Amino acid sequence: MPNLNINGRNMSVEAANDTPLLWVIREQLQMTGTKFGCGAGLCGACTVHVNGEAVRSCQTSVSDAAGKKITTIEGLSVKGDHPLQKAWIAEQVPQCGYCQSGQIMQAASLLAKNSNPTKDEVVAHMDGNLCRCMTYSRIQKAIMRAAADMRTASNAGDRRPT
Amino acid sequence: MNTHVKITQTAGEPADLSRRSFLVGTAAAGLALGYSAVPGLLGADQALAATGNFDPSVWYSIAPDGLVTVTCGKADMGQHIASTMAQIIAEELGASWKDMRVQLASNDPKFNDPVLGAQITGGSWSTMMNYDAMSRAGAAGRLALTEAAATAMGVPASELVVRESTVTHPKSKKSMTFADIVKSGKATKTFTPDELKAIKLKTPDQYTMIGVSVPQLDIPSKTNGTAKYGIDVMLPGMVYGKVVTPPVRYGATVKSVDDSEAKKVPGFIKAVTLDDKTATTTGWVVAVANTYANARKAADALKITYNDGPNAKLSSESLLTEAKRLQKLDDSGLFFVKDGDTAAAFGTAAKVFEAEYTTNINIHAPLEPMNATAQLQGDIWHLYSGNQFATRSGAIAAGAAGVDPKFVVMHQMWLGGGFGRRLDADMMVPAVQAAKAVGKPVKVIYSRENDMTMDFSRPLTFQKVKAGLDGDGKLIALNHDVVSAWPTKRWGIPDFLTPSVDKKGGLDGFTVNGADFFYTVPNHNVRAILNEMAHNATPSGQLRSVAPGWTFWAVESMVDELAHAAGKDPAQYRIDMLDGKGANAGGAQRLRNTLLAAMGMAGYGSRQLPKGEGMGVACVSSQERATASWTACVAHVAVTPSGEVKVKKLTVATDVGTQVHPDNIRAQVEGAALWGLSLALYEKATLKDGGIEQTNFDTYTPLRMSQVPEVAISVIANGEKATGVGEPAVTVIAPALANAIFNASGARVRSLPITAEAVKAGMSKA
Repeated sequence: MPNLNINGRNMSVEAANDTPLLWVIREQLQMTGTKFGCGAGLCGACTVHVNGEAVRSCQTSVSDAAGKKITTIEGLSVKGDHPLQKAWIAEQVPQCGYCQSGQIMQAASLLAKNSNPTKDEVVAHMDGNLCRCMTYSRIQKAIMRAAADMRTASNAGDRRPT
Repeated sequence: MNTHVKITQTAGEPADLSRRSFLVGTAAAGLALGYSAVPGLLGADQALAATGNFDPSVWYSIAPDGLVTVTCGKADMGQHIASTMAQIIAEELGASWKDMRVQLASNDPKFNDPVLGAQITGGSWSTMMNYDAMSRAGAAGRLALTEAAATAMGVPASELVVRESTVTHPKSKKSMTFADIVKSGKATKTFTPDELKAIKLKTPDQYTMIGVSVPQLDIPSKTNGTAKYGIDVMLPGMVYGKVVTPPVRYGATVKSVDDSEAKKVPGFIKAVTLDDKTATTTGWVVAVANTYANARKAADALKITYNDGPNAKLSSESLLTEAKRLQKLDDSGLFFVKDGDTAAAFGTAAKVFEAEYTTNINIHAPLEPMNATAQLQGDIWHLYSGNQFATRSGAIAAGAAGVDPKFVVMHQMWLGGGFGRRLDADMMVPAVQAAKAVGKPVKVIYSRENDMTMDFSRPLTFQKVKAGLDGDGKLIALNHDVVSAWPTKRWGIPDFLTPSVDKKGGLDGFTVNGADFFYTVPNHNVRAILNEMAHNATPSGQLRSVAPGWTFWAVESMVDELAHAAGKDPAQYRIDMLDGKGANAGGAQRLRNTLLAAMGMAGYGSRQLPKGEGMGVACVSSQERATASWTACVAHVAVTPSGEVKVKKLTVATDVGTQVHPDNIRAQVEGAALWGLSLALYEKATLKDGGIEQTNFDTYTPLRMSQVPEVAISVIANGEKATGVGEPAVTVIAPALANAIFNASGARVRSLPITAEAVKAGMSKA
């Protein structure tokens, strides 16, 4: 019975050690914002943060995640107002929306380390995340907008969004 | 399907229990048809008594708090159609956008498309076919609210102004909000269908909502994980199913299932071999377990043997060989177009050209793998799934359950991508039969491997085009043969087939649409030829843009080839043929104007390009002749000596008549154009030993962010009726690219996807 820390809450789950974290999050804990796309680490729809790093939860066993700090889209911000989420709305990014939790989590791991990325850095960081609706240019714009917003907030001495 | 026929009722006909026709018969049985069945006003008294809401039409309800909830009968797969329906209603209703909400309709026939008489989402039809009905529904609500407010205020209704969910009497400065009026219970006016038709709608100059890029109502839920897709459904007591699909795409049967190893998986419940009388699936088994992780393990542990069936030796090569054989036969196929006398014209032609164009199998691969959740409650089957064709899918579910379709309720969810894939209903079968077998609700989720290898794919196509030019280089004769599987025939709905022009039978118009272009060509034949072998081995489906995705590949490539042969500029050659004569009047001019717009934006012909670069044009009347959005593209490419193609820029212009939501149109056109690019350069599936070889995104490789070129879009809104935007731009990209590649390198490529090898081979011939 692995113990998981997800979005700041400790929970124990009944799952074999080799169970992909994805299925525990989605089906057992019923936090369905994290999506299943390929089961092979090829599309990025299942991206979550483990100790701040973006990982593919379909390729991460629940035992490997035990004891680490896991963040899903539901925990990225308390009110759904992370600068990326706000930028995603401002740029009207999602079409079907299915990949967007993964896109946002992948982008968040970039901006946490680099709040002033170049376009090439964004593309390199995001290229593993498929969007079948092909919203790529809006994703890029939204990341740049969020980065700018984060820098502005930071410069203004506001509490830096986490 | 060039004229939109309603699906006719076949109620009362004896049920043919042989598979598809049975399903079709029952699918159509009892359907309410068309606008007459769409109540203008339900019994408002009744509605008020029941809920306190005001329900001016089936399409929306106004609650006492003033919130307007629109029920969308179309599948929302990212085209934001629910929001668009709300926007059209809000325009005439006079509601404030902040008060608008959306929900997704069940398969109740009262939510059928007012034009199509069924619940089906495709063809880029939704806006054009619902615009009038939603406008009238909105206007009816405004009239009813106004009348009630007039009575309450004691003023003439004609002196009232409706704006932002408020009815105001400017003279007396009295006002009532929609919430006030609904709470008063005085809004009770009802409308007959004739009265609805007689309502005078706003003229475009009076619009305050249509044409505005309001925030899409579904987007916030798609940024925080709260939007619910089919795969997210949770029901009490639910267990999970993972399908095990055979190595052959279609035609295999299960010989034996050994579940001895699966039984060692904790939580394993049962292996269910499907008995699919709908013939949607063949040789499928569902491993059912308490969790999906365990169902996957159990599925892997099942040892299944198959009779591989009649298609087990087939490959893409054999399908293409068969297509070529069929095309050579004089009596193959049915005529979709037969204008003039091509045989005689070829006899007088100064030059005759022939070319063959092919496209490979393509897979939809929406990012949400196929899934469905089935639950039997009493006599009623509840199906939860994101689906584009609730009318037929409900019937397939009923067929799988062995009940009449009226006992099936389809619960629509947000679609994690559709692209035509979710017009099909295969996922209903394992969900229903597993739930029946274990006596519990079952959520079936395909693995990506199941999803890819069992796709109802865009078929492999082969097209032969023969063209005759007169001494001036003018195109005087064209024979165009299109050989493919017939996706719509597979549905078994006769009304979706198009009668051949010589009335010799029904053909699948969704394999030849687009070939009936707007160029003036006096002698023109188009034959639709069914490749039965491909039809059986690779049951095909409607993939975003459907036939125009391959017909314009052939037409717009060939026209370019002819222009070069005639020594004319390919764009000017097109413009000359878009003369708007006869039946092409209107459409041809719109297409010409669109092409000119794209040329202007791209700097076509006015910019000197470096060696190894080129621009190419194409213009299309996708989706169908009767429902065209006029779309043109100028592609700018650079080609390396080794044949590698770098797309520098795609410039797309599209005439959509009226734009409801400009920003959404741009999003759809860009997505469609990038789909076109992805299909043209990056996506290829192949059949081998009867099975699709590509199983995941490592071998089937849609466009990624690093492959996105600059895309410039111009949307032309000239006040004509609103047309569709989700698909047309898919179809214009491949030919524009191939034509640009020719201009850059001299290589003519005639097969999709375009490969560096093919370009290089073409360069050595040039």
